[in-house]
Amino acid sequence: MKSSGAPLLEMRNISKDFYGNQVLADINFAIQPGEILGLVGENGAGKTTLVKILFGMEEIHQTGGYGGEVFLNGKRVRYTTPFDALADGIGMVHQEFSLLPDFTASENILLNREPKNRTLVSEVFGDRLDRIDRKEMRERSQRAIAKLGVDLDGEMLVSEMPVGYKQFTEIARELSKDEIKLLVLDEPTAVLTEREADILLSAMRNLAAEGIAIIFISHRLQEVIDVCDTVMVMRDGVIVQNVPSTDLTIHEVAKWMVGREVGQKIVDRNFSYEEKPVILSLKNLWVDMPGETVKDVSLDIYKGEILGIGGLAGQGKLGIPNGAMGLFPAGGEVIFEGETIPLNQPRQFLNAGMAFVSEDRRGVGLLLDEPLDWNIAFTAMQIQDKYLKKLLGGLISWRNEKEIEAVARKYIEALDIKCTGTKQITKELSGGNQQKICLGKAFAVEPKLLFVSEPTRGIDIGAKSLVLDTIRHYNEELGVTIVMISSELEELRSVCDRIAIITNGKVAGILPPKTDAAHFGVLMVGGSPLEEERRDERD
Amino acid sequence: MTKIRKFMKSFGWPRIIIGLFLLSLFIIAPFVGVNLGTSLSDTLIRFGMNSVLVLAMVPMIHSGCGLNFGLPLGIIAGLLGGTLSIQFGFTGGLSFLMAIILATPFGLLFGWGYGSLLNRVKGGEMMIATYVGFSSVAFMCMMWLILPYNHPTMIWGYAGSGLRTTISTEGFYLHTLNNFLQIQIGEKLIIPTGMILFFALMAFLVWAFLHTKTGTAMTAVGSNPVFARASGINIDRTRTLSVMMSTWLGAIGILVYQQSFGFIQLYMGPFYMALPAVSAILIGGASVNKASITNVVIGTLFFQGILTMTPSVMNSIIHTDMSEVIRIVVSNGMILYALTRKSEVSR
Repeated sequence: MKSSGAPLLEMRNISKDFYGNQVLADINFAIQPGEILGLVGENGAGKTTLVKILFGMEEIHQTGGYGGEVFLNGKRVRYTTPFDALADGIGMVHQEFSLLPDFTASENILLNREPKNRTLVSEVFGDRLDRIDRKEMRERSQRAIAKLGVDLDGEMLVSEMPVGYKQFTEIARELSKDEIKLLVLDEPTAVLTEREADILLSAMRNLAAEGIAIIFISHRLQEVIDVCDTVMVMRDGVIVQNVPSTDLTIHEVAKWMVGREVGQKIVDRNFSYEEKPVILSLKNLWVDMPGETVKDVSLDIYKGEILGIGGLAGQGKLGIPNGAMGLFPAGGEVIFEGETIPLNQPRQFLNAGMAFVSEDRRGVGLLLDEPLDWNIAFTAMQIQDKYLKKLLGGLISWRNEKEIEAVARKYIEALDIKCTGTKQITKELSGGNQQKICLGKAFAVEPKLLFVSEPTRGIDIGAKSLVLDTIRHYNEELGVTIVMISSELEELRSVCDRIAIITNGKVAGILPPKTDAAHFGVLMVGGSPLEEERRDERD
Repeated sequence: MTKIRKFMKSFGWPRIIIGLFLLSLFIIAPFVGVNLGTSLSDTLIRFGMNSVLVLAMVPMIHSGCGLNFGLPLGIIAGLLGGTLSIQFGFTGGLSFLMAIILATPFGLLFGWGYGSLLNRVKGGEMMIATYVGFSSVAFMCMMWLILPYNHPTMIWGYAGSGLRTTISTEGFYLHTLNNFLQIQIGEKLIIPTGMILFFALMAFLVWAFLHTKTGTAMTAVGSNPVFARASGINIDRTRTLSVMMSTWLGAIGILVYQQSFGFIQLYMGPFYMALPAVSAILIGGASVNKASITNVVIGTLFFQGILTMTPSVMNSIIHTDMSEVIRIVVSNGMILYALTRKSEVSR
């Protein structure tokens, strides 16, 4: 399938940083006409940013452009808008459908590129009043659909289609452009049934045979291995592998995706949770959190441990703490120290002695317009009547500004929060310092069990290790049980005693941190590690 | 210098400009034949009359319910208290105290219902509040006629039933607060100490409340409701409490207004009371979810000061009696200005 010769697209030394935060570095790859390139990597590995650079998306330019060069057919290009990229024959199918639901498939396919006939009216008033040539339109859209090799009626309304057909419509729209040379498919199979996915994959092979190059982004590793000529694995903004797909196994790819074999710091303590009592037990928990639905999670958390919860974005790991706390509608049973905690009542959760550091710092975690001492003291004041003076024989609970300032000072010092004083308005602080305030707020409650959700999201590396060390120390010195939810597996492996991987709203498995990274990767993409192991042994 | 600049920034340019304008009016006044003493007294009296009504904005702003456009509802509670106090035959200072006591249950009850309604329309509070105010006024237009009041000073003389549109507070609580500890300097300058002290007391109560645990929770609800919820605060209950406080303050505010003004204005009287109060607090530098007592004091002083001074000074300059026209232009102009200043804090 692969033709040798000049590459269709070549990217050389691509790098990109967002305000000093390096997200892509030294990206070099080429793709031949008719080649299918599989692009895999964890969330945040830089796949999306790479595609955005290719398309010249606005946000790339607004954040200072990118380094390196892009060549199309040997010619250096630098797109400033997606329209330029489209004009040069690069097509993109997004994860989210960008279709008009009340239009038919063929109307959507040829939207704004409709074949037109001139009429008397349009001769007078300009081409905006041209008549659409319905017959030609049907034919052209059918041709595009035929290229895909699927059975799709061009007259069907998008709103009446099953999900898979919507996906096909989107792809057909890209194919209907005659000049199309390169197609980027961003997780096209995520919403498809197995049969639909098979059709799509064979359609991809047909397209490749016609000389169209495809960049295929997917989390379904088996599909990637099956359909792609080359598999490119990205991790932390660099390409870690770019190899032909022949003889690859899921196991290998998963390992490349998540593993950081060199210089990784895995937890070195031996915590035998088996002997400890269960402090929190989740039974058949479901949570209706948009984008992070939890379907059926049962977990036992032991006193004094650090439990990690990982998994890919959208699989439901974030729903667990949010649901247990009651911020989103939830059901099932939450038993803390032998007592059932009523769900959907944050107050009960806090009263029981648990606390939650939300992943949504600015939305849930902070009072952005208030001084930082308020932020730190507020929850403890409301739940535990701390930092209050009783006046008139306890009738009035007066805010004790001195104590509030004292506790704020304590955590500013302990967590090394960079600020001008306890009265600084929280929104003026940097992301890392805001995160530390969220932690300070939770510590001030002195919980027995602390949920920490994405503690290092959006903060720089220095602040990251400080935040992780703080969590670790807090667990070791005060014996607080910690449940840490993170998208970054390495982070979990460096801190936790056990790591549960959530896939599709359920616990896919619980592994010790020292387990080979590949096993985690397999769990994340919905496989079973034991099967893999057996396969390995056979190999 | 940096200190001055910092003060200017925190005080805000709009307030500096309005303040300078007001000051210039006071400076011009003696030269065009307007008595400075009378002007000052008028400004102070109008400040005292309106300040509690402006204060009624504060609790709702703090809890994130927005500006209290439903102020007429609180005013109606105050009207009920005032008329009932007269109906029951209380006179003098006692009638004012009784009016407050009788208005309280109505204020709290109306506030509870109003608050429960606002909890169902989160995000659209201000529009709903406006119409709560309007419709309650219309409803009470009927009730004033129907309710079985029969005190001779209040009912229509020819019909023998139904309340009059204006009822004099003379013999009841006229100037109860104005005359308390009143200070007279020279012939023209009168300082209504009692009324200002009463506002100070109310302002202190609100200030103190905001320093309690519940008050802190209220501020947090207004600042970020999701944060408050994640800290175990019952948002709906806190919001309802703030609306009850605002409504009660509206009831007290109108009683203070009446005892100085001399008349109870029923029927359409409360209809336009919300906008001047809303404007005053916005001119004082409040935003839709942040307000302080300082905003109330500065805003009321500026709004009422300009409203008092502009017509009399302009009148004297152009030598024709246009005071009413100028007053309407100025007051609505300031309302317009204030509403364009309406700003929300970041989320």
